[in-house]
Amino acid sequence: MREFVRQVAVLGRRSIMRTLRQPASIVPSLLFPLILLAVNTGGLRGATNLEGFPTDSFLDFALGFAFLQGAVFATVNSGTDLARDIQTGFMNRLALTPVRGVALIFGQLAGVAVLALLQAVVFLGAGLAAGASVRAGVSGALVILILSFLVSVAFAGAGALLAVRTGSGEAIQGLFPLVFATLFLSSMNMPRNLIDADWFRVIATINPVSYLIEGIRSLILEGWNVEALALGFGVVFVILVVGIGGAVLALRSRLARV
Amino acid sequence: MSSSTDRGGSFVSVAHGVAWRNLHNHFSHPMYYIPSLVFPLLFFTAFTGALGALTDLPGFEFEAGYEGFQYVFVLIQSAAFGGVFTGFAIARDFETGFARRLLLAAPNRQGIIAGYALAALGRWVFTALVVTGVAFAAGMTMPGGVGVAGLYALALLVNGAGILFASGVAMRMRTVQAGPLMQTPVFLALFLAPVYVPLAVLDGWIETVARFNPFTAFLEAGRGFLVGRPTTVGLAFGLAVALLVLFGWWAHRGLRSAESAG
Repeated sequence: MREFVRQVAVLGRRSIMRTLRQPASIVPSLLFPLILLAVNTGGLRGATNLEGFPTDSFLDFALGFAFLQGAVFATVNSGTDLARDIQTGFMNRLALTPVRGVALIFGQLAGVAVLALLQAVVFLGAGLAAGASVRAGVSGALVILILSFLVSVAFAGAGALLAVRTGSGEAIQGLFPLVFATLFLSSMNMPRNLIDADWFRVIATINPVSYLIEGIRSLILEGWNVEALALGFGVVFVILVVGIGGAVLALRSRLARV
Repeated sequence: MSSSTDRGGSFVSVAHGVAWRNLHNHFSHPMYYIPSLVFPLLFFTAFTGALGALTDLPGFEFEAGYEGFQYVFVLIQSAAFGGVFTGFAIARDFETGFARRLLLAAPNRQGIIAGYALAALGRWVFTALVVTGVAFAAGMTMPGGVGVAGLYALALLVNGAGILFASGVAMRMRTVQAGPLMQTPVFLALFLAPVYVPLAVLDGWIETVARFNPFTAFLEAGRGFLVGRPTTVGLAFGLAVALLVLFGWWAHRGLRSAESAG
Protein backbone atom coordinates (compact mmCIF):
# COMPACT_ATOMS: atom_id res chain seq x y z
CA MET A 1 0.00 0.00 0.00
CA ARG A 2 2.84 2.37 0.91
CA GLU A 3 4.47 1.63 -2.42
CA PHE A 4 1.18 2.33 -4.21
CA VAL A 5 0.81 5.69 -2.47
CA ARG A 6 4.42 6.56 -3.35
CA GLN A 7 3.80 5.73 -7.01
CA VAL A 8 0.66 7.89 -7.09
CA ALA A 9 2.51 10.74 -5.37
CA VAL A 10 5.43 10.71 -7.82
CA LEU A 11 3.23 10.47 -10.92
CA GLY A 12 0.77 12.97 -9.44
CA ARG A 13 3.51 15.54 -8.85
CA ARG A 14 4.61 15.14 -12.46
CA SER A 15 1.02 15.57 -13.67
CA ILE A 16 0.43 18.68 -11.54
CA MET A 17 3.69 20.28 -12.68
CA ARG A 18 2.84 19.54 -16.30
CA THR A 19 -0.60 21.13 -15.93
CA LEU A 20 0.72 24.23 -14.16
CA ARG A 21 3.42 24.69 -16.81
CA GLN A 22 0.84 24.86 -19.60
CA PRO A 23 -0.98 28.21 -19.43
CA ALA A 24 -2.52 27.28 -22.79
CA SER A 25 -4.41 24.54 -20.93
CA ILE A 26 -5.35 26.60 -17.89
CA VAL A 27 -6.39 29.94 -19.35
CA PRO A 28 -8.98 28.75 -21.92
CA SER A 29 -10.49 26.31 -19.42
CA LEU A 30 -11.09 29.22 -17.04
CA LEU A 31 -11.91 31.90 -19.58
CA PHE A 32 -14.22 30.20 -22.10
CA PRO A 33 -16.85 29.02 -19.60
CA LEU A 34 -16.98 32.52 -18.09
CA ILE A 35 -17.29 34.13 -21.54
CA LEU A 36 -20.11 31.79 -22.53
CA LEU A 37 -21.78 32.39 -19.17
CA ALA A 38 -21.68 36.17 -19.72
CA VAL A 39 -22.90 35.92 -23.31
CA ASN A 40 -25.74 33.49 -22.52
CA THR A 41 -26.78 35.43 -19.45
CA GLY A 42 -27.06 38.60 -21.53
CA GLY A 43 -28.63 37.01 -24.60
CA LEU A 44 -31.12 34.76 -22.83
CA ARG A 45 -32.20 37.10 -20.04
CA GLY A 46 -35.58 37.39 -21.77
CA ALA A 47 -36.20 33.67 -21.14
CA THR A 48 -36.87 34.47 -17.48
CA ASN A 49 -40.11 36.16 -18.63
CA LEU A 50 -41.47 32.80 -19.84
CA GLU A 51 -44.27 31.44 -17.70
CA GLY A 52 -42.95 28.80 -15.32
CA PHE A 53 -39.28 29.79 -15.57
CA PRO A 54 -37.80 28.91 -12.17
CA THR A 55 -36.01 32.20 -11.48
CA ASP A 56 -35.92 35.83 -12.55
CA SER A 57 -32.11 35.74 -12.84
CA PHE A 58 -30.69 33.91 -15.85
CA LEU A 59 -27.26 34.15 -14.25
CA ASP A 60 -28.46 31.95 -11.37
CA PHE A 61 -29.97 29.52 -13.87
CA ALA A 62 -26.91 29.36 -16.17
CA LEU A 63 -24.14 29.29 -13.54
CA GLY A 64 -24.25 25.48 -13.25
CA PHE A 65 -23.34 25.11 -16.91
CA ALA A 66 -19.98 26.84 -16.44
CA PHE A 67 -18.83 23.98 -14.18
CA LEU A 68 -19.79 21.41 -16.80
CA GLN A 69 -18.02 23.29 -19.56
CA GLY A 70 -14.91 23.38 -17.39
CA ALA A 71 -15.21 19.60 -17.03
CA VAL A 72 -15.14 19.21 -20.82
CA PHE A 73 -11.76 20.91 -20.84
CA ALA A 74 -10.68 18.42 -18.15
CA THR A 75 -11.63 15.54 -20.45
CA VAL A 76 -9.60 16.91 -23.32
CA ASN A 77 -6.61 17.96 -21.19
CA SER A 78 -6.25 14.67 -19.34
CA GLY A 79 -6.82 12.65 -22.50
CA THR A 80 -4.31 14.66 -24.49
CA ASP A 81 -1.65 14.45 -21.76
CA LEU A 82 -2.03 10.69 -21.40
CA ALA A 83 -2.09 10.17 -25.17
CA ARG A 84 1.12 12.21 -25.44
CA ASP A 85 2.74 9.89 -22.88
CA ILE A 86 1.73 6.94 -25.04
CA GLN A 87 2.91 8.57 -28.28
CA THR A 88 6.26 9.68 -26.87
CA GLY A 89 6.99 6.20 -25.49
CA PHE A 90 6.86 7.30 -21.83
CA MET A 91 4.32 4.54 -21.19
CA ASN A 92 6.59 1.92 -22.72
CA ARG A 93 9.41 3.01 -20.41
CA LEU A 94 7.02 2.89 -17.43
CA ALA A 95 6.14 -0.66 -18.39
CA LEU A 96 9.72 -1.58 -17.49
CA THR A 97 9.14 -0.38 -13.91
CA PRO A 98 6.95 -2.00 -11.24
CA VAL A 99 4.44 0.90 -11.38
CA ARG A 100 0.81 -0.27 -11.19
CA GLY A 101 -1.75 0.76 -13.80
CA VAL A 102 -4.19 2.07 -11.24
CA ALA A 103 -1.45 4.25 -9.69
CA LEU A 104 -0.64 5.59 -13.12
CA ILE A 105 -4.24 6.64 -13.81
CA PHE A 106 -4.71 8.18 -10.34
CA GLY A 107 -1.41 10.04 -10.68
CA GLN A 108 -2.33 11.18 -14.15
CA LEU A 109 -5.58 12.69 -12.85
CA ALA A 110 -3.83 14.76 -10.18
CA GLY A 111 -3.12 17.66 -12.55
CA VAL A 112 -6.74 17.76 -13.67
CA ALA A 113 -7.90 17.52 -10.06
CA VAL A 114 -5.91 20.65 -9.14
CA LEU A 115 -7.25 22.47 -12.20
CA ALA A 116 -10.79 21.31 -11.39
CA LEU A 117 -10.54 22.76 -7.89
CA LEU A 118 -9.25 26.05 -9.30
CA GLN A 119 -12.05 26.12 -11.88
CA ALA A 120 -14.76 25.43 -9.31
CA VAL A 121 -13.56 28.20 -7.00
CA VAL A 122 -13.15 30.71 -9.87
CA PHE A 123 -16.55 29.96 -11.43
CA LEU A 124 -18.40 30.14 -8.14
CA GLY A 125 -16.51 33.30 -7.11
CA ALA A 126 -17.18 34.97 -10.47
CA GLY A 127 -20.85 34.00 -10.32
CA LEU A 128 -21.28 35.39 -6.81
CA ALA A 129 -19.38 38.56 -7.75
CA ALA A 130 -21.69 39.05 -10.74
CA GLY A 131 -24.74 38.88 -8.47
CA ALA A 132 -25.68 35.20 -8.30
CA SER A 133 -26.81 33.74 -5.01
CA VAL A 134 -26.83 30.19 -3.66
CA ARG A 135 -30.18 29.34 -2.10
CA ALA A 136 -28.67 26.44 -0.15
CA GLY A 137 -26.29 28.80 1.64
CA VAL A 138 -22.62 28.36 2.47
CA SER A 139 -22.87 24.59 2.94
CA GLY A 140 -24.68 24.42 -0.43
CA ALA A 141 -21.80 26.33 -2.02
CA LEU A 142 -19.41 23.78 -0.55
CA VAL A 143 -21.47 20.93 -2.05
CA ILE A 144 -21.35 22.73 -5.42
CA LEU A 145 -17.56 22.79 -5.20
CA ILE A 146 -17.44 19.08 -4.30
CA LEU A 147 -19.89 18.01 -7.03
CA SER A 148 -18.18 20.15 -9.65
CA PHE A 149 -14.77 18.76 -8.62
CA LEU A 150 -16.07 15.19 -8.90
CA VAL A 151 -17.63 15.93 -12.30
CA SER A 152 -14.31 17.22 -13.64
CA VAL A 153 -12.38 14.23 -12.29
CA ALA A 154 -15.02 11.83 -13.69
CA PHE A 155 -14.85 13.49 -17.11
CA ALA A 156 -11.05 13.41 -16.92
CA GLY A 157 -11.29 9.67 -16.20
CA ALA A 158 -13.39 9.27 -19.34
CA GLY A 159 -10.73 11.28 -21.23
CA ALA A 160 -8.06 8.93 -19.87
CA LEU A 161 -10.07 5.90 -21.00
CA LEU A 162 -10.33 7.33 -24.53
CA ALA A 163 -6.62 8.17 -24.53
CA VAL A 164 -5.60 4.64 -23.53
CA ARG A 165 -7.95 3.11 -26.09
CA THR A 166 -6.91 5.36 -29.01
CA GLY A 167 -3.34 6.26 -28.02
CA SER A 168 -3.65 9.42 -30.10
CA GLY A 169 -3.79 13.03 -28.93
CA GLU A 170 -5.24 14.06 -32.27
CA ALA A 171 -8.12 11.62 -31.82
CA ILE A 172 -8.85 13.10 -28.39
CA GLN A 173 -8.87 16.64 -29.83
CA GLY A 174 -11.17 15.40 -32.59
CA LEU A 175 -13.63 14.14 -29.98
CA PHE A 176 -13.97 17.64 -28.48
CA PRO A 177 -16.97 18.62 -30.68
CA LEU A 178 -18.77 15.42 -29.73
CA VAL A 179 -18.19 15.91 -26.02
CA PHE A 180 -19.26 19.54 -26.42
CA ALA A 181 -22.43 18.32 -28.17
CA THR A 182 -23.48 16.34 -25.11
CA LEU A 183 -23.50 19.62 -23.16
CA PHE A 184 -25.64 21.48 -25.67
CA LEU A 185 -28.15 18.62 -26.02
CA SER A 186 -29.09 18.93 -22.35
CA SER A 187 -31.16 21.22 -20.15
CA MET A 188 -28.31 23.76 -20.06
CA ASN A 189 -30.32 26.65 -21.55
CA MET A 190 -33.89 25.81 -20.60
CA PRO A 191 -35.61 23.78 -17.87
CA ARG A 192 -36.78 20.47 -19.33
CA ASN A 193 -40.45 21.22 -18.61
CA LEU A 194 -40.24 24.39 -20.73
CA ILE A 195 -38.64 22.74 -23.77
CA ASP A 196 -41.25 22.93 -26.56
CA ALA A 197 -39.81 20.32 -28.91
CA ASP A 198 -40.71 16.82 -27.69
CA TRP A 199 -37.73 15.18 -29.42
CA PHE A 200 -35.31 17.57 -27.72
CA ARG A 201 -36.96 17.04 -24.32
CA VAL A 202 -36.45 13.28 -24.76
CA ILE A 203 -32.78 13.76 -25.67
CA ALA A 204 -32.24 16.11 -22.74
CA THR A 205 -33.95 13.62 -20.42
CA ILE A 206 -31.76 10.67 -21.42
CA ASN A 207 -28.62 12.80 -21.48
CA PRO A 208 -26.79 12.29 -18.14
CA VAL A 209 -25.30 15.79 -18.42
CA SER A 210 -28.77 17.24 -17.69
CA TYR A 211 -28.73 15.63 -14.24
CA LEU A 212 -25.24 16.94 -13.47
CA ILE A 213 -26.30 20.48 -14.38
CA GLU A 214 -29.61 20.14 -12.52
CA GLY A 215 -27.84 18.86 -9.41
CA ILE A 216 -25.67 21.97 -9.22
CA ARG A 217 -28.54 24.22 -10.33
CA SER A 218 -30.87 22.88 -7.63
CA LEU A 219 -28.52 24.14 -4.90
CA ILE A 220 -28.45 27.59 -6.50
CA LEU A 221 -32.16 27.95 -7.29
CA GLU A 222 -34.05 25.75 -4.84
CA GLY A 223 -31.93 24.98 -1.80
CA TRP A 224 -31.72 21.32 -0.78
CA ASN A 225 -33.47 19.15 -3.40
CA VAL A 226 -32.55 15.60 -2.38
CA GLU A 227 -33.77 14.00 -5.62
CA ALA A 228 -31.76 16.34 -7.88
CA LEU A 229 -28.65 15.89 -5.72
CA ALA A 230 -29.02 12.10 -5.59
CA LEU A 231 -29.32 11.98 -9.38
CA GLY A 232 -26.35 14.34 -9.81
CA PHE A 233 -24.06 12.41 -7.46
CA GLY A 234 -25.35 9.07 -8.82
CA VAL A 235 -24.52 9.99 -12.41
CA VAL A 236 -21.10 11.33 -11.47
CA PHE A 237 -20.37 8.12 -9.56
CA VAL A 238 -21.25 5.98 -12.60
CA ILE A 239 -19.03 8.10 -14.90
CA LEU A 240 -16.19 7.87 -12.34
CA VAL A 241 -16.41 4.08 -12.17
CA VAL A 242 -16.76 3.59 -15.93
CA GLY A 243 -14.07 6.16 -16.83
CA ILE A 244 -11.38 5.33 -14.28
CA GLY A 245 -12.20 1.61 -14.10
CA GLY A 246 -12.23 1.35 -17.89
CA ALA A 247 -8.96 3.25 -18.18
CA VAL A 248 -7.25 0.97 -15.64
CA LEU A 249 -8.48 -2.15 -17.46
CA ALA A 250 -7.49 -0.81 -20.87
CA LEU A 251 -4.09 0.13 -19.52
CA ARG A 252 -3.32 -3.53 -18.76
CA SER A 253 -2.76 -4.18 -22.45
CA ARG A 254 -0.77 -0.93 -22.83
CA LEU A 255 1.50 -1.88 -19.97
CA ALA A 256 1.82 -5.49 -21.05
CA ARG A 257 5.08 -6.72 -19.53
CA VAL A 258 6.45 -9.44 -21.72
CA MET B 1 0.74 43.15 -72.40
CA SER B 2 2.12 39.64 -72.39
CA SER B 3 3.73 40.31 -69.01
CA SER B 4 0.41 41.25 -67.43
CA THR B 5 -1.20 38.17 -69.04
CA ASP B 6 1.57 36.01 -67.51
CA ARG B 7 0.97 37.57 -64.12
CA GLY B 8 -2.75 36.94 -64.44
CA GLY B 9 -2.15 33.37 -65.59
CA SER B 10 0.25 32.59 -62.77
CA PHE B 11 -2.13 34.13 -60.24
CA VAL B 12 -4.94 31.88 -61.46
CA SER B 13 -2.78 28.76 -61.63
CA VAL B 14 -1.36 29.32 -58.11
CA ALA B 15 -4.83 30.03 -56.70
CA HIS B 16 -6.22 26.95 -58.44
CA GLY B 17 -3.42 24.70 -57.19
CA VAL B 18 -3.61 25.92 -53.59
CA ALA B 19 -7.40 25.68 -53.54
CA TRP B 20 -7.45 22.18 -55.03
CA ARG B 21 -4.85 20.86 -52.58
CA ASN B 22 -6.63 22.38 -49.59
CA LEU B 23 -10.03 21.07 -50.64
CA HIS B 24 -8.58 17.63 -51.36
CA ASN B 25 -6.92 17.47 -47.93
CA HIS B 26 -10.05 18.76 -46.24
CA PHE B 27 -12.47 16.28 -47.75
CA SER B 28 -10.04 13.34 -47.48
CA HIS B 29 -9.82 13.59 -43.69
CA PRO B 30 -12.98 13.33 -41.56
CA MET B 31 -11.10 14.92 -38.65
CA TYR B 32 -10.95 18.15 -40.71
CA TYR B 33 -14.44 18.37 -42.17
CA ILE B 34 -16.43 16.89 -39.29
CA PRO B 35 -15.79 19.76 -36.81
CA SER B 36 -16.78 22.36 -39.41
CA LEU B 37 -20.04 20.45 -39.91
CA VAL B 38 -20.68 19.51 -36.29
CA PHE B 39 -20.62 23.00 -34.82
CA PRO B 40 -23.30 24.63 -37.01
CA LEU B 41 -25.47 21.52 -36.86
CA LEU B 42 -25.03 21.35 -33.11
CA PHE B 43 -25.95 25.00 -32.64
CA PHE B 44 -28.97 24.61 -34.93
CA THR B 45 -30.20 21.46 -33.18
CA ALA B 46 -29.56 22.69 -29.65
CA PHE B 47 -30.99 26.17 -30.13
CA THR B 48 -34.08 25.25 -32.15
CA GLY B 49 -34.76 22.24 -29.93
CA ALA B 50 -34.34 23.89 -26.55
CA LEU B 51 -35.22 27.52 -27.12
CA GLY B 52 -38.32 27.43 -29.34
CA ALA B 53 -40.36 28.75 -26.41
CA LEU B 54 -38.59 32.10 -26.78
CA THR B 55 -40.95 32.91 -29.67
CA ASP B 56 -43.64 33.38 -26.99
CA LEU B 57 -41.80 36.41 -25.63
CA PRO B 58 -43.49 39.78 -26.21
CA GLY B 59 -41.90 41.52 -29.22
CA PHE B 60 -40.57 38.30 -30.79
CA GLU B 61 -42.13 38.21 -34.24
CA PHE B 62 -40.56 36.19 -37.05
CA GLU B 63 -42.63 34.65 -39.82
CA ALA B 64 -40.16 31.82 -40.59
CA GLY B 65 -40.39 30.41 -37.04
CA TYR B 66 -37.51 29.77 -34.66
CA GLU B 67 -35.95 27.31 -37.15
CA GLY B 68 -35.66 30.13 -39.71
CA PHE B 69 -34.43 32.56 -37.06
CA GLN B 70 -31.61 30.21 -36.04
CA TYR B 71 -30.89 29.08 -39.61
CA VAL B 72 -29.68 32.58 -40.49
CA PHE B 73 -27.38 32.64 -37.45
CA VAL B 74 -25.99 29.20 -38.21
CA LEU B 75 -25.44 30.05 -41.88
CA ILE B 76 -23.52 33.25 -41.03
CA GLN B 77 -21.64 31.41 -38.26
CA SER B 78 -20.62 28.58 -40.61
CA ALA B 79 -19.50 31.14 -43.21
CA ALA B 80 -17.29 32.97 -40.71
CA PHE B 81 -15.90 29.75 -39.23
CA GLY B 82 -15.37 28.26 -42.69
CA GLY B 83 -12.82 31.03 -43.07
CA VAL B 84 -11.34 30.53 -39.62
CA PHE B 85 -10.92 26.76 -40.05
CA THR B 86 -9.14 27.36 -43.36
CA GLY B 87 -6.82 29.65 -41.40
CA PHE B 88 -5.93 26.61 -39.26
CA ALA B 89 -4.94 24.79 -42.46
CA ILE B 90 -2.65 27.70 -43.43
CA ALA B 91 -0.99 27.57 -40.00
CA ARG B 92 -0.58 23.81 -40.36
CA ASP B 93 1.03 24.31 -43.78
CA PHE B 94 3.59 26.63 -42.16
CA GLU B 95 4.29 24.13 -39.35
CA THR B 96 4.94 21.31 -41.81
CA GLY B 97 7.16 23.51 -43.97
CA PHE B 98 4.85 23.23 -46.98
CA ALA B 99 3.96 26.93 -46.96
CA ARG B 100 7.62 27.96 -47.12
CA ARG B 101 8.17 25.74 -50.14
CA LEU B 102 5.01 27.22 -51.63
CA LEU B 103 6.33 30.76 -51.10
CA LEU B 104 9.52 29.78 -52.92
CA ALA B 105 7.78 28.08 -55.82
CA ALA B 106 4.75 30.29 -56.47
CA PRO B 107 5.31 32.78 -59.31
CA ASN B 108 2.54 34.96 -57.89
CA ARG B 109 2.22 34.92 -54.13
CA GLN B 110 -1.05 36.84 -54.02
CA GLY B 111 -2.47 33.73 -55.67
CA ILE B 112 -1.72 31.81 -52.46
CA ILE B 113 -4.18 33.92 -50.47
CA ALA B 114 -6.71 33.72 -53.30
CA GLY B 115 -6.32 29.94 -53.35
CA TYR B 116 -6.96 29.60 -49.63
CA ALA B 117 -9.97 31.95 -50.01
CA LEU B 118 -11.35 29.74 -52.79
CA ALA B 119 -10.85 26.68 -50.61
CA ALA B 120 -12.66 28.40 -47.72
CA LEU B 121 -15.52 29.14 -50.09
CA GLY B 122 -15.69 25.51 -51.28
CA ARG B 123 -15.62 24.22 -47.73
CA TRP B 124 -18.37 26.60 -46.66
CA VAL B 125 -20.60 25.75 -49.65
CA PHE B 126 -20.52 22.10 -48.57
CA THR B 127 -21.39 23.01 -44.97
CA ALA B 128 -24.13 25.41 -46.09
CA LEU B 129 -25.73 22.72 -48.25
CA VAL B 130 -25.83 20.26 -45.35
CA VAL B 131 -27.10 22.88 -42.88
CA THR B 132 -29.79 24.04 -45.32
CA GLY B 133 -30.93 20.45 -45.91
CA VAL B 134 -31.18 19.84 -42.16
CA ALA B 135 -33.05 23.13 -41.65
CA PHE B 136 -35.63 22.21 -44.30
CA ALA B 137 -35.97 18.74 -42.78
CA ALA B 138 -36.60 20.43 -39.42
CA GLY B 139 -39.51 22.37 -40.91
CA MET B 140 -37.94 25.68 -41.88
CA THR B 141 -39.82 27.79 -44.42
CA MET B 142 -38.48 30.60 -46.63
CA PRO B 143 -41.27 33.15 -47.02
CA GLY B 144 -38.77 35.46 -48.75
CA GLY B 145 -38.55 33.21 -51.84
CA VAL B 146 -35.75 34.09 -54.25
CA GLY B 147 -34.95 37.19 -52.17
CA VAL B 148 -33.10 34.79 -49.88
CA ALA B 149 -30.24 34.97 -52.42
CA GLY B 150 -29.28 38.17 -50.58
CA LEU B 151 -28.65 36.10 -47.45
CA TYR B 152 -26.27 33.78 -49.32
CA ALA B 153 -24.48 36.75 -50.94
CA LEU B 154 -23.99 38.26 -47.49
CA ALA B 155 -22.75 34.96 -46.04
CA LEU B 156 -20.30 34.66 -48.93
CA LEU B 157 -18.82 38.07 -48.09
CA VAL B 158 -18.59 37.07 -44.40
CA ASN B 159 -16.78 33.88 -45.46
CA GLY B 160 -14.30 36.00 -47.45
CA ALA B 161 -13.75 38.35 -44.52
CA GLY B 162 -13.28 35.34 -42.20
CA ILE B 163 -10.57 33.70 -44.29
CA LEU B 164 -8.73 36.99 -44.90
CA PHE B 165 -8.71 37.71 -41.15
CA ALA B 166 -7.58 34.17 -40.29
CA SER B 167 -4.92 34.04 -43.01
CA GLY B 168 -3.50 37.35 -41.74
CA VAL B 169 -3.13 35.82 -38.28
CA ALA B 170 -1.84 32.47 -39.59
CA MET B 171 0.80 34.09 -41.81
CA ARG B 172 2.08 36.24 -38.98
CA MET B 173 2.13 33.52 -36.30
CA ARG B 174 2.85 30.52 -38.58
CA THR B 175 1.77 27.99 -35.91
CA VAL B 176 -1.41 26.06 -35.16
CA GLN B 177 -1.11 27.37 -31.61
CA ALA B 178 -2.46 30.65 -33.02
CA GLY B 179 -5.84 28.89 -33.36
CA PRO B 180 -7.42 30.67 -30.38
CA LEU B 181 -6.31 34.04 -31.81
CA MET B 182 -8.28 33.27 -34.98
CA GLN B 183 -11.25 31.63 -33.30
CA THR B 184 -11.93 33.67 -30.18
CA PRO B 185 -12.57 37.13 -31.73
CA VAL B 186 -14.93 35.63 -34.32
CA PHE B 187 -16.71 33.53 -31.70
CA LEU B 188 -17.13 36.56 -29.44
CA ALA B 189 -18.35 38.83 -32.24
CA LEU B 190 -20.89 36.19 -33.29
CA PHE B 191 -22.29 35.58 -29.82
CA LEU B 192 -22.39 39.26 -28.89
CA ALA B 193 -24.99 39.72 -31.64
CA PRO B 194 -28.74 38.92 -31.33
CA VAL B 195 -28.29 35.14 -31.51
CA TYR B 196 -31.25 33.90 -29.46
CA VAL B 197 -33.78 36.73 -29.75
CA PRO B 198 -34.18 39.78 -32.03
CA LEU B 199 -32.34 42.97 -31.15
CA ALA B 200 -35.61 44.57 -30.06
CA VAL B 201 -36.05 41.93 -27.35
CA LEU B 202 -32.49 42.22 -25.99
CA ASP B 203 -31.81 44.48 -23.02
CA GLY B 204 -28.96 45.39 -20.70
CA TRP B 205 -25.29 45.52 -21.63
CA ILE B 206 -25.57 42.97 -24.42
CA GLU B 207 -28.12 45.13 -26.24
CA THR B 208 -25.66 48.06 -26.19
CA VAL B 209 -22.81 45.86 -27.44
CA ALA B 210 -25.02 44.25 -30.10
CA ARG B 211 -26.00 47.66 -31.50
CA PHE B 212 -22.36 48.36 -32.43
CA ASN B 213 -21.52 44.81 -33.56
CA PRO B 214 -21.30 44.33 -37.35
CA PHE B 215 -22.65 40.79 -36.99
CA THR B 216 -25.93 42.30 -35.76
CA ALA B 217 -26.37 43.99 -39.14
CA PHE B 218 -25.53 40.70 -40.92
CA LEU B 219 -28.08 38.75 -38.86
CA GLU B 220 -30.82 41.39 -39.10
CA ALA B 221 -30.36 41.73 -42.86
CA GLY B 222 -30.14 37.95 -43.34
CA ARG B 223 -33.33 37.39 -41.35
CA GLY B 224 -35.00 40.13 -43.37
CA PHE B 225 -34.05 38.37 -46.61
CA LEU B 226 -35.39 35.06 -45.31
CA VAL B 227 -38.86 36.44 -44.59
CA GLY B 228 -38.96 38.76 -47.62
CA ARG B 229 -38.78 42.03 -45.68
CA PRO B 230 -35.25 43.31 -46.39
CA THR B 231 -33.87 45.47 -43.61
CA THR B 232 -30.49 47.15 -42.95
CA VAL B 233 -29.35 45.78 -46.33
CA GLY B 234 -27.13 48.75 -47.24
CA LEU B 235 -25.51 48.77 -43.80
CA ALA B 236 -24.90 45.02 -43.81
CA PHE B 237 -23.34 44.89 -47.28
CA GLY B 238 -21.40 48.10 -46.63
CA LEU B 239 -19.93 46.63 -43.44
CA ALA B 240 -19.18 43.30 -45.13
CA VAL B 241 -17.31 45.02 -47.98
CA ALA B 242 -15.47 47.25 -45.49
CA LEU B 243 -14.38 44.16 -43.52
CA LEU B 244 -13.26 42.48 -46.75
CA VAL B 245 -11.10 45.48 -47.65
CA LEU B 246 -9.70 45.81 -44.13
CA PHE B 247 -8.90 42.11 -43.74
CA GLY B 248 -7.66 41.95 -47.34
CA TRP B 249 -5.04 44.52 -46.36
CA TRP B 250 -4.39 42.57 -43.12
CA ALA B 251 -3.86 39.33 -45.08
CA HIS B 252 -1.62 41.10 -47.62
CA ARG B 253 0.57 42.45 -44.82
CA GLY B 254 0.58 38.97 -43.27
CA LEU B 255 1.90 37.54 -46.52
CA ARG B 256 4.66 40.15 -46.54
CA SER B 257 5.50 39.21 -42.95
CA ALA B 258 5.74 35.52 -43.91
CA GLU B 259 7.91 36.39 -46.91
CA SER B 260 10.33 38.43 -44.84
CA ALA B 261 10.53 35.67 -42.21
CA GLY B 262 11.94 33.43 -44.96
